[in-house]
Amino acid sequence: MRIRIKFSKHGAVKFIGHLDIMRFFQKAIRRAQIDVAYSGGFSPHQIMSFAAPLGVGLCSNGEYLDIEVNSHQGREDMMSRLNEAMVEGIKIENIVALSDNAGNAMASVAAASYLVEWKLKAEKPQGLKESCHSFFAQKEIFVTKETKKSTMSVDLKPGIYAFEEKEEGIYLLVDASSSGNIKPALLLEAFFAYLNLPFNPNSIQITREDTFTRDKKGSLIPLDQAGENF
Amino acid sequence: MKEYKLALSDEILMQVEKPARYIGNEVNSIVKTGDEKVKIRYAMCFPDVYEIGMSHLGMKILYDMLNRWEDVWCERVFSPWVDLDKIMREKNIPLFGLESQDPIKNFDFLGITIQYEMCYTNILQVLDLAGIPLRAKNRTWDDPIVMGGGPCTYNPEPIADFFDIFYIGEGETRHREILDLYLECKEQGLSREEFLRKAACIPGMYVPMFYQVEYHEDGTIKEFGPIYEELPKKIKKEMVLDVSNTYYPLKPVVPFIKVTQDRVVLEIQRGCIRGCRFCQAGQLYRPVREREVDVLKKYALEMLKNTGYEEISLSSLSSSDYSQLEELINFLIEEGKEKHTNISLPSLRIDAFSLDVMSKVQDVRKSSLTFAPEAGSQRLRNVINKGISEEQIIQGSSLAFQGGWSRVKLYFMLGLPTETEEDIRGIAQLCNKVAATFFDVVPKEERKNGPVQIVASTSFFIPKPFTPFQWAPMNTKEEFIEKAYLTRSAVMEQINQKRIKYNWHEADTSVIEGVLARGDRKLNNVIESLYQKGCIYDSWSEYFKNDLWLETLAEHGLTTEFYNTRQRSFEEILPWDFLDCGVTKEFLMREWKQAVGEVESPNCRQKCLGCGAARYGVGVCKEPKTGGQS
Repeated sequence: MRIRIKFSKHGAVKFIGHLDIMRFFQKAIRRAQIDVAYSGGFSPHQIMSFAAPLGVGLCSNGEYLDIEVNSHQGREDMMSRLNEAMVEGIKIENIVALSDNAGNAMASVAAASYLVEWKLKAEKPQGLKESCHSFFAQKEIFVTKETKKSTMSVDLKPGIYAFEEKEEGIYLLVDASSSGNIKPALLLEAFFAYLNLPFNPNSIQITREDTFTRDKKGSLIPLDQAGENF
Repeated sequence: MKEYKLALSDEILMQVEKPARYIGNEVNSIVKTGDEKVKIRYAMCFPDVYEIGMSHLGMKILYDMLNRWEDVWCERVFSPWVDLDKIMREKNIPLFGLESQDPIKNFDFLGITIQYEMCYTNILQVLDLAGIPLRAKNRTWDDPIVMGGGPCTYNPEPIADFFDIFYIGEGETRHREILDLYLECKEQGLSREEFLRKAACIPGMYVPMFYQVEYHEDGTIKEFGPIYEELPKKIKKEMVLDVSNTYYPLKPVVPFIKVTQDRVVLEIQRGCIRGCRFCQAGQLYRPVREREVDVLKKYALEMLKNTGYEEISLSSLSSSDYSQLEELINFLIEEGKEKHTNISLPSLRIDAFSLDVMSKVQDVRKSSLTFAPEAGSQRLRNVINKGISEEQIIQGSSLAFQGGWSRVKLYFMLGLPTETEEDIRGIAQLCNKVAATFFDVVPKEERKNGPVQIVASTSFFIPKPFTPFQWAPMNTKEEFIEKAYLTRSAVMEQINQKRIKYNWHEADTSVIEGVLARGDRKLNNVIESLYQKGCIYDSWSEYFKNDLWLETLAEHGLTTEFYNTRQRSFEEILPWDFLDCGVTKEFLMREWKQAVGEVESPNCRQKCLGCGAARYGVGVCKEPKTGGQS
């Protein structure tokens, strides 16, 4: 049976990178004594798929991973066992069962939403509502993307689905698929440049609010809505 | 946004390599914030980077033991890596404990485990970043009590000025007593010095500030002893008598980041029966004490469950000598099949059993065999008492080649006492014979994994305290390099030279390690001066500054010749003579004479050599002997 786990990540653990979080979950699942399925071969490993990697320094309310289990004692039992095996700052938020034909977490990711907050409330710029609006209203938003081999100019606009002021800061919904992933920091850099303001990444805290996939009709839904309660 | 307490700002953590080194919060780490029962804050330090320190078993044992006590909160602290070190200095950020993120300066104790000589400048780094005066004599009750432990404390003299107390021996036995004395002295309003003076009377404790040394004109020791009458002249090592019924960390901390030893570690025994004459550990941890196999099975299962690790390794000297090894390994393999856990094997004597086990847990094509003959000729192997013969190596490799292995690693030392050119050529010849064995026993059509590959490595021999070679001269750098070249050219002369790869260690570090290993108190000034000149992480070749070390030794009127290359006489007072590690000086002298006479000694299971460790009345010393030679 395939299981999708939703978890949140806050506080000091935001400094734990993606690969280490994967290793953390491999061990946590064993500590929780979940009857997880292993691959075959000479060095079997847990069958596990993580959704979109989260950058170091970012918090999240919507991280996902899929695992496969041979047996279980119900959703409540699994939730509480897993939560027992977590550390301060990482919490299991939801568990759903996936149908056999549902895509895996990594392949299904279409978008992610983020909340950008200023660590010191006073530093939040004035008139954000208008500036977000006019920034988002542009036809194209070009940024310079640096890859290992070269730098290139990319238009982010087609991948931005929302960019608006909220009480706490800025809310954004952007492409997070493997082919078109937009890093929120890159977009914010462009936004600050647009406002002619200096951008200090250390003055803000970015939290991924959720990770989305597309349903049959093409609408964005949180990854756990692709599964069912069990 | 959620609140959290970290000693370093987000900005700094985003700037440094691997911020997870500094945030604590790992699974099974112990947090006692706000616990009113806590009376003692203890910081346990490994003075190297997190990934190295978190791989050390002794620290895990003591962390677990101290935290089991309600009135103690023990935290971990490691050397900040060079990037953070720089930032902390610039911004005046004090060194902190990982669990509470509180400054170390406010702790009651700072315990530092000292595992290798090249970490000495890192000890000063830790003290300095913590804001603790480097010299014990300049400290007050505002500073933690700085304690040292671990193998290097069997010659603590080069770093004696930096420590309040050295704990000589195994840490499980006397910590409670020290902590109780500390609480008592604080309650009575005694001075720090009064506390230390009382602590110096607890068995195993060496408080260097109460011991004085006088030198002859030639720099050797004239006199060494305590300044107060009640203090012991000789300090005897502490030892756990019953290793099956003592502390063991069943819930060790599980790091987020990959560390060097990233698995469950099961210590199966302490000590070694072999008595290789170059080996310090083999003498220090006598006598051999085995853990009961049923205890180990229980520990293994529990630790795997509590950590979630998929791999377990066995830890001990000469693991093949553990009497219940077969039962333990078979148990772990069977359990592993069900629970998807692997066993990472220690280096085992190559025989039918170990090859069978290896084929079950490793991919034969990818794994390699390891032999540590240490010397190239039988003559020199007799000198060092390495009880392994050429025949055994050839037989072992032959069995392994037939079983499908084709990679062999061989470890040797250069610069052993009495070594000749012939012995060095023997290294190349032995490698050649192993290669030839492959071609003899594996027919062409069965060489599926390609031809045999032999990797020979040499390290340079460094005489260590409390070994039969403690009086022996060490080679100079030039001699070492010459010997490495000779080894290389001898390898090139072999028929199978294309199948042999030869590696050797750098000589510079070995020379300095030699100085520190057998050094005296005069080196304290040198080490402090080097630290002030910016030396840290000397054990990392990219940060080791050889020129600066040599220059600073000279500035203090000291030479590597005095510490390394001269022959010490039996009469000379050695800097570590005031310690009693369990084996007697007379035994070490006898063994030195046997070495020079090229005579092997039997191991502890065969015959008791009367080394002195029998007075503990435990372990192998109580077993009946089998007689005969190894």
